[in-house]
Amino acid sequence: MTGTAASAIRTSLRDRLFEYAERRLPALTRLKRVESLPIRLDRHRIYVLPTRFGLMLSLLLLVMLLGALNYNNNPALLLTCLFAAAAYQSVFAAFATLNRLDVTALRAEPCHAGDEMYFSIHFHIATRPRHSLRLRAVDAEIAFDLDRDSAATLRIHAPQRGWLRPARLRLCSEYPFGLFEVWSWINPDFAALVYPRLESNPPPLPRSGAQAQQLADRSSGDELAALREYRSNDPPRAIAWKASARRDELLVKEFETPRGHEVVLDYATLRGLAHEDRISRLAAWVCLAEAARLPYALALPQTRIDAGLGADHRHACLRALALAPGAAP
Amino acid sequence: MKSSPALTDVQFRLTAAAVFVAVLPHMLRLPWLISAPVLALITLRWVQRRRSTKRLPAWIKLPLVLLFPVLIIFHYGNLFGREPGSALACAMLVLKLLETDNRRDARAAICFSAFVLMSALLFNQGMWITVLLCAALVILLAALRALESARTQWLPDLRSGAFALVGALPLALCAFVLFPRLASPLWGAPNDTTARTGLGDRMAPGTMQELLIDDSPAFRVVFDGTPPPRDKLYWRGPVLWQFDGSAWTRPEWLASRSGDDDVHVRGARVGYEVTLEPSERHWLLALDVPLLAPQGAVRGADMSLVSRSRVDDPTRYRMVSAPDYVLEPVLDSLHRRLALQLPAGFDPRSRALAQRWRDAFHGDPNRIINAALGMIRDQFTYTLNAPLLGRDSVDDFLFDTQRGFCEHFSSAFTFLMRAAGIPARVVTGYQGGYFNQFGNYWVVRQSDAHAWSEVWLEGRGWVRVDPTAAVSPQRVQAGARAAAGASAPWYQADWLMSIRNRMDLINRFWNDAIVQFNALRQQSLLTPFGVDKAEYPQLMLAMLILGSLLLGLFAWWVMRAPKPAGDALDAAYARLCRKLARAGTARGPAEGPLSLAMRVATTWPAQRNLQELFAQYVGLRYASALPAPERIQNFTRAVAALRLPAATRTARQSS
Repeated sequence: MTGTAASAIRTSLRDRLFEYAERRLPALTRLKRVESLPIRLDRHRIYVLPTRFGLMLSLLLLVMLLGALNYNNNPALLLTCLFAAAAYQSVFAAFATLNRLDVTALRAEPCHAGDEMYFSIHFHIATRPRHSLRLRAVDAEIAFDLDRDSAATLRIHAPQRGWLRPARLRLCSEYPFGLFEVWSWINPDFAALVYPRLESNPPPLPRSGAQAQQLADRSSGDELAALREYRSNDPPRAIAWKASARRDELLVKEFETPRGHEVVLDYATLRGLAHEDRISRLAAWVCLAEAARLPYALALPQTRIDAGLGADHRHACLRALALAPGAAP
Repeated sequence: MKSSPALTDVQFRLTAAAVFVAVLPHMLRLPWLISAPVLALITLRWVQRRRSTKRLPAWIKLPLVLLFPVLIIFHYGNLFGREPGSALACAMLVLKLLETDNRRDARAAICFSAFVLMSALLFNQGMWITVLLCAALVILLAALRALESARTQWLPDLRSGAFALVGALPLALCAFVLFPRLASPLWGAPNDTTARTGLGDRMAPGTMQELLIDDSPAFRVVFDGTPPPRDKLYWRGPVLWQFDGSAWTRPEWLASRSGDDDVHVRGARVGYEVTLEPSERHWLLALDVPLLAPQGAVRGADMSLVSRSRVDDPTRYRMVSAPDYVLEPVLDSLHRRLALQLPAGFDPRSRALAQRWRDAFHGDPNRIINAALGMIRDQFTYTLNAPLLGRDSVDDFLFDTQRGFCEHFSSAFTFLMRAAGIPARVVTGYQGGYFNQFGNYWVVRQSDAHAWSEVWLEGRGWVRVDPTAAVSPQRVQAGARAAAGASAPWYQADWLMSIRNRMDLINRFWNDAIVQFNALRQQSLLTPFGVDKAEYPQLMLAMLILGSLLLGLFAWWVMRAPKPAGDALDAAYARLCRKLARAGTARGPAEGPLSLAMRVATTWPAQRNLQELFAQYVGLRYASALPAPERIQNFTRAVAALRLPAATRTARQSS
């Protein structure tokens, strides 16, 4: 118990020190300035410090040095000097790992709040391959090598809807021998959209009584408009089996839904729920309706999106939900 | 604390290899009681790790931790000191490997490997072992490198380890040469005795046999002028007076100083410099007969040189000797009594023979000596495989076996002389040597060890008589190996020896430049820079300056801009663009040569040659797939010769 309390205090102290450092020394942490891509790492923004292991090794080298000097043993001194020089010069190899490295692009697929977002950071290397790089965001870290221009993908936890900034990224390496850590802060001008959290067991889509009846007995109500080729997400019940048997390929019945038959997902109808819960449920309904291929419209207090279907429409609806202002006053 | 990542197979194997190479040089030296379990544990751990990555249980590790100190104490008697300490370090390192499962353990093991590797050099400072151990650092570095990535090949790691080591050479040498040495040790220097072969102060039949097959160099000599002829190259070591029937020894109390008037120089003096290999004894070797004593040494009454401190490191001293001399023309009574001493009750037949000679020749020493040498020349054989001798060793040798090498001959001859009433003594040392023409120096090996006699003659003083030369003139003319003939070990074959004698140049350089480099010689390093006696601050400053220069060079090499891609034509065009940019017309990011040419035409309407250059470039780059090299050279030369006036302000704005 006391241990966790102590570590909590240490963490908060560390955070506060860090904040202070960032206020006073923006150049050191690069938090202040959001940069536009591409970002080139150079000596103005690459920092190096010995690791704990490096300090330990230097202590050992000191002992070896003293021993060799004391016994006036020149071969031993030569060996010590050689090892020390190799260890010391590894600082340049460490530096060269980050030097002239270009961050060319960032990409992220939208995800739902509570999930993990996949950020990919694209690098361009002008000269030699880079080894043993590590990229760290707030709570995620990955290790990778760059043999040619390629990307590293970082999984970041997305806690809430809206724009997610990866904040600053720490690109670091202990190449080649783990004696020095070289690092650079990257704070690219980039934000990814996080869709609202999906309600886990949403109620069925809201419909009027007539609509529900039509859904149960679709073939009588809707007018068959055309037959088309099967696409991979079509529900099995829409397949026109007889026509398919005649044509030797799967055909799907396409119905023309009369206007007014679309699902309207209205924020206002969800009384009795908290603001975020409403948005969660609407988002879940959007996904349900899209999966059921029912045209849907979205009505929010500030915005209204007309009925439609398809990935773009879904994205527009989820984006509107994601960016909806917080709890209504 | 975050737990350290577990090791992959490659990482473990390289770590185990690092431990193995660190322990290996010790294995040759440690008793099998310790080396066998150490090697067995490495092997077992390797096999165990191949089968499963599970940790070893404590009930296996704990007894092992206790076992090794017990073994070491059992063998050495204690845990401290150079020998037991290094054995303990090896054992601990291997035990560390047993529990190495994650990165932190592996790093600790690798670091400690470096320490164990270095400690091997406390026992042997030879060149090849040093070079090998330095090369072994590659494996240590490769192991450290492997810990940084989860790759499944180990070759790239070895390569980068090797690169790092080679790249570190200049800086390492700079630090090695300039790092201030300690004038006196901070704590007790090692005083362990390892049994080294070398001249002793005791000679019994057979003691030199070990020496005569040992090819390690004993010392090296550089003569100031022409060296004396080979048969005068007698290197004087301990002089043995006392004979107890089986062994010749040197009386301790004889270490009194000798006066200068004991020697009368007859011919030229010879000046030279001797570099003695560590012998862990007090003898210094000098050409017969030394005229002075080096600093820190005493010349005894018998003209042997004794150093006050033991020769534990290579030692260099200047000497002057006189090959032709009269030594101690007046023998004092103490020395005479000593030089005639014989043990009672030994070797009756030899005594009888000497008595017969004495009577027959009326006590004429020269005729007695000739008789003895004649007997040896006629009836005796020189061989390294001498038969064993019994209680009356001189009798056995003279009348029964009649086969032996220098110490048999000198012992028997000296005995005969004393028995015949001629003062005599045994002198041990080295004879001959190999002249290395590349290094212009002589190397004398342990196998050149020799023993001869000195007899005192009225009016001539002590005269050297070498009975071995009588039986085997080759021994003195051509060297011990030629005389040994078929009885020499295989590695003393002539062709091999001549290669090894030539290679000795490298060993000599190593001893000179590396092993013997000390505080004294370091002081004179900076003489070319006007510092006569470099002390700590000057050396430190020099090291920092040179080290920074080297580091700067290395840093520049690492950070240098990559070579621009493209061929000679691209380079020339890029140069043209740079010139234009300096003059005020920079090429746009995606601007082609034609549009740039148009802009240039408006800026410098008068410069016709510019348009010509652009036309040439377009022609070379786009009109032909493989333009002639001469045309590219012409273009390059034209670009180099181009001089542009700075563009006017208005022109720059318009562009």
